[in-house]
Amino acid sequence: MSAKLITRQVGDVTVIDAIGRITLGEGSSAFRETVKDLVSKGNKKLLLNLAEVSYIDSSGIGELVSGFTSVSNAGGSLKLLRLTKRIQDLLQITKLYTVFEVFDDEAKALASF
Amino acid sequence: MVVSPGSLPAGTGAMSAQERRAKIVLDQRLESSLESVDLSEEKVVALAQEAGFPEEDTYRLGYAVREALVNAVVHGNRYSANKRVLLRVACLPRGIEVIVQDQGGGFTFDKRSNALSEENLMNQSGRGLALIKAFTDELVVESAQPSGTRVILRKFLPPEVA
Repeated sequence: MSAKLITRQVGDVTVIDAIGRITLGEGSSAFRETVKDLVSKGNKKLLLNLAEVSYIDSSGIGELVSGFTSVSNAGGSLKLLRLTKRIQDLLQITKLYTVFEVFDDEAKALASF
Repeated sequence: MVVSPGSLPAGTGAMSAQERRAKIVLDQRLESSLESVDLSEEKVVALAQEAGFPEEDTYRLGYAVREALVNAVVHGNRYSANKRVLLRVACLPRGIEVIVQDQGGGFTFDKRSNALSEENLMNQSGRGLALIKAFTDELVVESAQPSGTRVILRKFLPPEVA
């Protein structure tokens, strides 16, 4: 199963609720296209909710980094919400935990933009 | 990184006592496709479960094997219909050994390959090997003959299971 991405607007923040697996192929390209589309439309405050993401491979992690960079280059920010233990571990191993702002609480995440 | 050469393909060294007791449970030549990766990951996960690995270790072994297979298909064989990926899984007395070998142009590990170094942290790719290393107990990456890269990874059962 690949990733399903649902976007919703909360104030000026776009929340992306991701569900499933973000892996090389459909999952990672769906995420890339979603971020690209949002940035091109001027949405520069993105909050990626990973609570329902069961698996991210190294390609998916690469897409998170790429998304972070492209949003930052556009003057915005991409933050992460509700990581599972496994995804926390992946970010620790790849030393990306300090790169991303990570939140457990959506209200706090929204207020941080 | 440490590895005994015992269960490598022929010509790679003397066989250790441990490896003489290794039992090959899967030996396949896979097409260079992502479908092959998905199916093989599922098979390895099933074998790890059968071998008695706990859930988290099973996930980690499956993850490592998937990354090795993706490297072989994408970076090694470059999705070539004419090239195959060797996948060999052996049950060890207290763990599992997986060999993934491609028919690509080979792989040279250098400074640019270290995805965890400061200057490479924001690169889009290159994290696969670091994750394989983190999720296994032993890892060797070496050149294969006549061409290609061979990845040998091992994961051992935790003491309470072994």
